[in-house]
Formats: sequence, structure tokens, C-alpha cells
Amino acid sequence: MKTYTDTGKKDTRSGFGAGLTELGRTNPNVVALCADLVGSLKMQDFIDEHPDRFFQVGIAEANMMGMAAGLTIGGKIPFAGTFANFATGRVYDQIRQSIAYSGKNVKICASHSGVTLGEDGATHQILEDIGLMKMLPGMTVINTCDYNQTKAATLAIAEHDGPVYLRFGRPKVANFTAEDQKFEIGKAVRLYEGEDVTIIATGHLVWEAIQAAQKLSEKGISADVINIHTIKPLDEKAIINSVKKTGCVVTAEEHNFLGGLGESVARTLAENHPAPQEFVATQDTFGESGTPEQLMDKYGLNAEAIIKAVEKALKRK
Amino acid sequence: MSKIKELEDFATQVRRDILRQVHKVNSGHPGGSLGCTEFFTALYQGGIMEHKPEFNMDGKDEDLFFLSNGHISPVFYSVLARSGYFPVEELNTFRLIDSRLQGHPTTHEGLPGIRVASGSLGQGMSVALGAAQAKKLNKDKHLVYTLHGDGELQEGQNWEAIMYAAGNKVDNLIATVDLNGQQIDGSTETVLPMGNIKAKFEAFGWEVMEIEDGNDMQQVLDGLKQAKSLTGKGKPVCVLMTTVMGNGVDFMMHTHAWHGKAPNDEQLEKALEQNPETLGDY
Repeated sequence: MKTYTDTGKKDTRSGFGAGLTELGRTNPNVVALCADLVGSLKMQDFIDEHPDRFFQVGIAEANMMGMAAGLTIGGKIPFAGTFANFATGRVYDQIRQSIAYSGKNVKICASHSGVTLGEDGATHQILEDIGLMKMLPGMTVINTCDYNQTKAATLAIAEHDGPVYLRFGRPKVANFTAEDQKFEIGKAVRLYEGEDVTIIATGHLVWEAIQAAQKLSEKGISADVINIHTIKPLDEKAIINSVKKTGCVVTAEEHNFLGGLGESVARTLAENHPAPQEFVATQDTFGESGTPEQLMDKYGLNAEAIIKAVEKALKRK
Repeated sequence: MSKIKELEDFATQVRRDILRQVHKVNSGHPGGSLGCTEFFTALYQGGIMEHKPEFNMDGKDEDLFFLSNGHISPVFYSVLARSGYFPVEELNTFRLIDSRLQGHPTTHEGLPGIRVASGSLGQGMSVALGAAQAKKLNKDKHLVYTLHGDGELQEGQNWEAIMYAAGNKVDNLIATVDLNGQQIDGSTETVLPMGNIKAKFEAFGWEVMEIEDGNDMQQVLDGLKQAKSLTGKGKPVCVLMTTVMGNGVDFMMHTHAWHGKAPNDEQLEKALEQNPETLGDY
């Protein structure tokens, strides 16, 4: 079985920061905005190198989203960064009218998504953002799994003409995808070939899916594991082909089971190839304070939860 | 013919366009549109804005305008069409299915002259700030203009933008507020009193000037010229322009009743009589 090596734990937000710094050097049209969270978003290197291309808006996210839309009119490619909660729910109408409906080339860069934000608790832990963003016509929605993938995605979205929601997180997690990977928006990445069950994961749950697949293999269950970094547009072909082979599926995400990756997969399968599906996701609940590990465990968002879900899905085949 | 008379004739035709657009589909917002007719005419026809005849979304090397209170689309559409951005006959499609002239302005249908969607209030100044900052980055000396309703200032996002603009010396921006004192549920004084708007802008660090009669073409022209002369001095410029909602149609004036209501056949006839054809109806 193929092994994936953690080359050292790193936070995905640092992957964003590194990608932004590289874009600063390579693409003169890239500009950045932040609402008083420069340190958290790892934007300082970009600012140091290009102070004139950075806009500190203060604690005013609505104004930030509008300004980002306006900057595109002068040919700029704005990367607007803040916490996922303030990058979506707080400014939904600004994103809807000034960015999405207006077709503006804005990159909404959202850190600290999901429960792994940790001790700050539910006021800051958004578990609804994928749903909010994927419902907007024309919006591309990406949720990356590790440092390397987040950096690659940051570079890739600068080349994509249109609004993008890039979701990443706070904690240091395994860094296991290739450093030199080419990030293709909308293209699923197969991690394991298997026959018995399909596991489709996004974000921090991808590493957990790898751990689950290895443990399942010891029990004689072979899992087809797919890393879906782009929730919209969804790589429907990869999903349908896999489930045609395996006959059941488990989706895994750090998000509410309503409105997330799981629902997008369910819709795809309902239309094309109905199959039993289990959802590893939060169950229509808010989060709470705790360490990321404690929260992932309490809310059923780890390898153990994926294994249990696989066992249920297999019984329903 | 004097320049002012020419512009007044243009404005009279725009009033006819506004009335005929909303009458045809029995919907839309004539009140605020009529009140801002002189402003739009001065901006696009009076030599205030430097704008290219052809429309480019990036707006490089020309002045830009953003309409924040998008519901007064009938006046915007009429002036854009009569300024050559799209055929005047297209005003016939206002608010109809498959039209580029949506109820509120949008880029989504590709109508030349529109740079961002507006309608959900309070967002235009932020967008204008981004465009103004892009101009500075591009070393483009042209200006960015906006229009806002007075009631619209009740939206909090405006004050985020107002604070940012002064704090960051965005001095290539001229934001005009249409002070007509009316909003849907009544006068601004009864719905939500906003206190001294001039003092508020000044307290935030803006250069503020006033146009006493925003329905007097000469005053609007002079006021906007003065506003231009105040740009580039480290402060954003606010023009507080007092207008009469429904101006030019006697029974629509001084009331919020015509904010979002179209005239019937008889009312249209009466309104058009008060605004005789000048440039030719579409």
C-alpha cells in the first residue's frame, strides 16, 4: 500500500502566506487586503515586500469585500483575507452583489475555518461557509488539506479568472502532498485505488482518510480514497467512476453535513448512480471551545469516525 | 443656444425617458430618478466626467462613476443611452424579461456603462474606494465619482468606507449624497433621523461642500467643478446635494409617494405635458 509521509506538521494558513508571497514576486497585478488579522493570515512577508500593494482595512469586512471588487476594475487581482466566519457569513450580501453577481475576479481567502480553530469557540468556528459559498452562482469553492496544497492552490487561483473562495485553517497538521504539485481547480486527486468503498474527503479530513484507509486495509477492506480540494466545480466524473466500482461512499469534511461536500456528492450520485452514503461531518450543530484534537474527536471528524462510517456504508451495500 | 439651456433640454428629455420607462412596466423608481436628473446630466454631458466613448470595464485613463443607490436606474439608463453607451431604443426593454436593463443595474447582462451591480444599498462607496486605490496604483490621475441616497447612509457599511477613505487619504474620490429627505416609509426625519450629515462627514475627516439646489443645472455644474478642484489634497470629497424628489413633475414633488410607484396613463400624460420632448422620444 502506498505510504504518504508527513514531512513535518505545518498550518495550511502558512501555505497561503507562502503562496501569496510568491505571487507578490511573480504577478504584479496581485494585491492583498486584510481586516486586522495579518499575523493570523501570514500576510506579513507580502506586506514587507510590497507595502503599496497591501490594503489594511481595519475591522471592517464589508468594506473590504467591496474594495476588493473595486480593485478588480483597475485590473488588479485582490486576495482578501480574514477568518472564514467573517469572510462569509458576516459579508454574504457584499459577496453576493458586489463580487459574485458582478462577476469580479476576487479571491476570498478564509483561514481558521471549522472547529479546529479551537479554543476561541463557536462564535469563530464557522461550519456553514462551504454551503454559503457554493450556492453563489459562479463561485469556485476550494478547501485545501495541507500546507503544500494550500500554497499550490493560492498560486493556481491567481490564474483563474473569476471569484474564488479558498478555505483553510489554523492548526498545524500533517504536510504530505508533493511540494512541486500542480494544482488543477476542479480536478479530484486519487490517493488510493480500492474496490470496496469510496472515501471522499476534503480539507483536514484528507489526512484522516489516509489513516482510515490504512487501518481498513489491515482488516481486508480496500478503500478508493479521493482528495476533493475543489467542492465547486465538483469533479463529478471521478466520483461517479469510483462509486460505480465500489458501490458505496463515505464523505468526510470539517463542516455541517447540511450544505457541505457530502451533499454535493449525494446530489451527484442521486442524479447519476445512487449508492449508500455515510456523512462524516458535524450534525447541524455549533462548535465549542477545546483543542483541535479534542474537538475533532468529540464531533466525529477523524480516522476513527471514518472507519465507523465505512463499516456502516458496507453493510448497506 | 447656451450650454446651460442645452443641458436643461437634455435633462427634460431624460425626465420623459424616466417616466416612460416606469410607466410601461408599471414599476420602478421615478421619484429619486427625477430628483437626480440634473446631476447625471451634468456628470455625463456637462464636461464634469472625462469618459471614453466606448466602454471598457477596467476604466483605465478615464473617470469612473458608481451608482450606489441602484434603484434610480431609470435616470442612469437614460443618460447612459443618450451618452452613446447603448442604443436609446433599448430603454424600451427596461425591466422586461431577457433585458440588459434590469430593475437594478448589473454587469451580469453586459450593459455598457455599468461597472458593478447595485441595489442592495450601502455597497457602492466601498467598490469606488477599491477602484480609486487601483487608480493610484496604476498612476492614473482620473477621478472616481459616486452617488448615494441620504436614506442609504443608514446602512453601516457606508461608515466603514467613510472612515477608510479619510484615514487613507483617498483624495481621488468625489462622493455625492442626494439629500432629498425621503425614503420608502416616509421622510428620513421620521424613519431614522440621521442628525447633521455634514458634521458627520467632517468629523470623519472629509472635505465637505454643498449644492443648495441640486435641481438647478448651473448650481450642479458649478458645485461639481468646485468638488473637482478639491481633489488631490489629501482628503476625500463629499458633495451634499439637496434635491427635490420627483422634480419636474408637480404632483410627484415633495413627497415619498413616488419613490417606487409608476404613473398611470392619465398621470403619465400630465407629467409628459410638463416635460415637452426635446431630443426625441425613443
